[in-house]
Amino acid sequence: MISSLNNISSRSKGDFLLSWSVRLLALMAGGLLLLVVSFLIHESWPALRDIGLARFFHDPDWSPIDESYRLTAMIWGTLLATAGAILLSAPLGILSAIFCHFYAPPLLSRGYRRMVELLAGIPSVVFGFWGLVVLVPIIGRWHPPGTSLLAGILILTLMIIPTIMLVAHASIAHVPIAYIHSASALGFSRGSLIWHVVIPTTKVGLFTGILLGLARALGETMAVLMVCGNVVQTPSHLFDPIRTLTANIALEMSYALADHRAALFVSGLLLMGLVVLIVSLAEGLRHRNFHVPAK
Amino acid sequence: MSRQNRYLQESGTTAIIWIAATLVAVPFFCLMGDLLWNGLNHLSFSFVFSAPQNAGREGGIGPILISTLFILGVCMGVALPMGLGTALFLAEYTRHDHVPGRLIRGSLDVLAGVPSIVFGLFGNALFCQTFGLGFSILSGGLTLACMVLPILIRTVEESFRAISNEQRLSAAALGLSKPTTIRTILFPAAMPGLLVGVILGLGRAIAETAALIFTSGYVDRMPESLMDSGRSLAVHIYDLAMNVAGGNPHAYATALILVSLLFIINFSSSRMAARWMSFNQLPA
Amino acid sequence: MAVSLLATIGVIALCTICSLDASLAQAEGHKLVITGSSTMAPLVAEIGKRFETGHPGVRIDVQTGGSSRGIADVINGVADIGMASRALKSQEQHLHGSVIAQDGITIILHRSNPIRELTDDQIRAIYTGGVTHWNQVGGPDAPITVVNKAEGRSTLELFLDYFQVSNRDIHPHVVIGDNEQGIKTVAGNPHAIGYVSIGTAQYDATHGIPIRLLPLQHIPATIETVREGTFPLSRPLTLVTKSPPAGLIKTFIDFARSSQVNDLILKQYFLPLQG
Repeated sequence: MISSLNNISSRSKGDFLLSWSVRLLALMAGGLLLLVVSFLIHESWPALRDIGLARFFHDPDWSPIDESYRLTAMIWGTLLATAGAILLSAPLGILSAIFCHFYAPPLLSRGYRRMVELLAGIPSVVFGFWGLVVLVPIIGRWHPPGTSLLAGILILTLMIIPTIMLVAHASIAHVPIAYIHSASALGFSRGSLIWHVVIPTTKVGLFTGILLGLARALGETMAVLMVCGNVVQTPSHLFDPIRTLTANIALEMSYALADHRAALFVSGLLLMGLVVLIVSLAEGLRHRNFHVPAK
Repeated sequence: MSRQNRYLQESGTTAIIWIAATLVAVPFFCLMGDLLWNGLNHLSFSFVFSAPQNAGREGGIGPILISTLFILGVCMGVALPMGLGTALFLAEYTRHDHVPGRLIRGSLDVLAGVPSIVFGLFGNALFCQTFGLGFSILSGGLTLACMVLPILIRTVEESFRAISNEQRLSAAALGLSKPTTIRTILFPAAMPGLLVGVILGLGRAIAETAALIFTSGYVDRMPESLMDSGRSLAVHIYDLAMNVAGGNPHAYATALILVSLLFIINFSSSRMAARWMSFNQLPA
Repeated sequence: MAVSLLATIGVIALCTICSLDASLAQAEGHKLVITGSSTMAPLVAEIGKRFETGHPGVRIDVQTGGSSRGIADVINGVADIGMASRALKSQEQHLHGSVIAQDGITIILHRSNPIRELTDDQIRAIYTGGVTHWNQVGGPDAPITVVNKAEGRSTLELFLDYFQVSNRDIHPHVVIGDNEQGIKTVAGNPHAIGYVSIGTAQYDATHGIPIRLLPLQHIPATIETVREGTFPLSRPLTLVTKSPPAGLIKTFIDFARSSQVNDLILKQYFLPLQG
């Protein structure tokens, strides 16, 4: 990677202006997080001080009226729904991006991409609404009550496929055409071209897409609120209703006061913590597996 | 590997990929079919342009459409320059393993994981109360800008990074300055990624409900300025579907309008990008 | 690139300044901010629109979020008027409430459920887990799906209060937020039982949604029985202010309580003060 530290381009008057405006903007973007985090900590401080972090894991249950603030069931709910959604949507998203590039005829490919772009913008409310009136009754007939972990996983899957697919699609578009030509010249079949050339060269992009999808699944509120049943319990199978951390915030924030409100902010903080954990795990994995030494 | 084995493997891959593509398409068509089936007969010229009446059961969505466009405009107007600048900085102005880049990148990854409702509360506290903007289109747009920034930056940065170094080296060898290289070489090459970023960002912004209820508000009157409270399409759908008895038909019709709006935005942004590329690319 | 970037920022700054300007001009007119109960928001927004047509230059901005938020906003001074779909509690007596309409809470089942009536004890047993299958109360052999409201909703508080149970004793299968979510959940599940606002339920039941409203203590759940005062589970829809209403606030509340808005209240299936 070439950086400004060893700028090899010719000098120009625009250099100074551009490099500093870019730096300023980057600083602002970075500062934004600080702002959000400090806001969250400020709001959740009363709970951390008065209740203490341990009680969020050791209280008997979640019942703010009785000052009982156990979050573990909702953490499990969030994690299981997200994990299930990623397991389903990552292969589907990546495979459909490959489909678009290598299998679909040009017209179908363009239509397919447009379709996924639209899917990316359908409001979570519409997904939730559709899930509630179509999907939940179907699951309910099979295994009542219908509002369940499974419904949440399926709706989330549908919602994050576009993110994963579009990012994968963009990074596959960047595979140097020479690679593909060389592979064809070597007599690679289409299948082995994909498994041995395209996927290895686009790993980083595919990964970014999955991370973005993961973040969206963790943070999704309205759709899961509508289809998951919102019962605070650790699910023992796919058909159990669950409540996620985000649904909890949405359901209770409007009336929460004092310690209860602060406890909800703690769960927001916790969600961010989860994302940090997952992102840093993923970064570590990325460095171990396919880190290209930067010069 | 025997020829037959290879043939099996090849057709197996093809089958898997077609199945996956179908699995993605089927729910989409169910969903769209449902929207069309239930929404199309309520759709009319007057529905798009007139004001809602009787809590949205009657009348149209004119003011809501305008509010939505304003909110999106503010959001993209702020997020796009910031996102582009930051992505340029991350990809071209700092080394991948240097501290500032890693800090910003890390913080953006965290930001991407903040639930939208928390953004709503944050926007309510910062923009509505501290900055004194109140429930307004401006507050809503700024809150959404914070929300879509990570997704915009990450996708744009990724596409700058994906450009092979030979292109930068060739530009340097030709004596191009850095701004020129960025404008004429890197930008056009990164355009597909930029577009994906914009489309994902817009998609998230237009679909957002939770954050907007707390910032841009619930008022369904025609906005007169950016300081007015304005209800967005997604909030309107939420209210009709979850709070207004008998709101379903108009909820469907509004969802249909939202999807068409998105389609228009996506389509025109990719056309604009294509034109932009043909104007700015150096002659080969 | 840098130029276009600066241009964009410039344009936005300009827009901001213009709009700030416009808003300052507006602030000299009259604007009322009303926040609170999602049950009341659609109704009050309609009343606000009619009020605006009779009072040029006045703006009524209605924001939703829940009864408790309305009360909190009034206390903080964020809102001029709060909306609460219940009576003021004893610890809120320093505020001023003005009732604008009446509503009730009804038990709902799926229309295909053959059960026509449940006693209070049966309902209590279903909600606390004593009865888990419909055949225990004379229905089909199917497990009951119990739909409960999320904590903090005034509907839940009134329900618990009426049946004298604690929320901890209820073991629901589904927890819902707003009324329509409850109705959609019950309409999609033939073995569900839930409770929602009478206004919403009656509107949906008469518009082809497959739900049935159950009577309480043999009294059918309709706005007529709420009007007669015989329906046991009713609640007032209240506008809340910090100090006794005066000036424009008083004009608006008086308007909302007058017979000029009866048709709007009836259209939302609530009960106006004056028949």
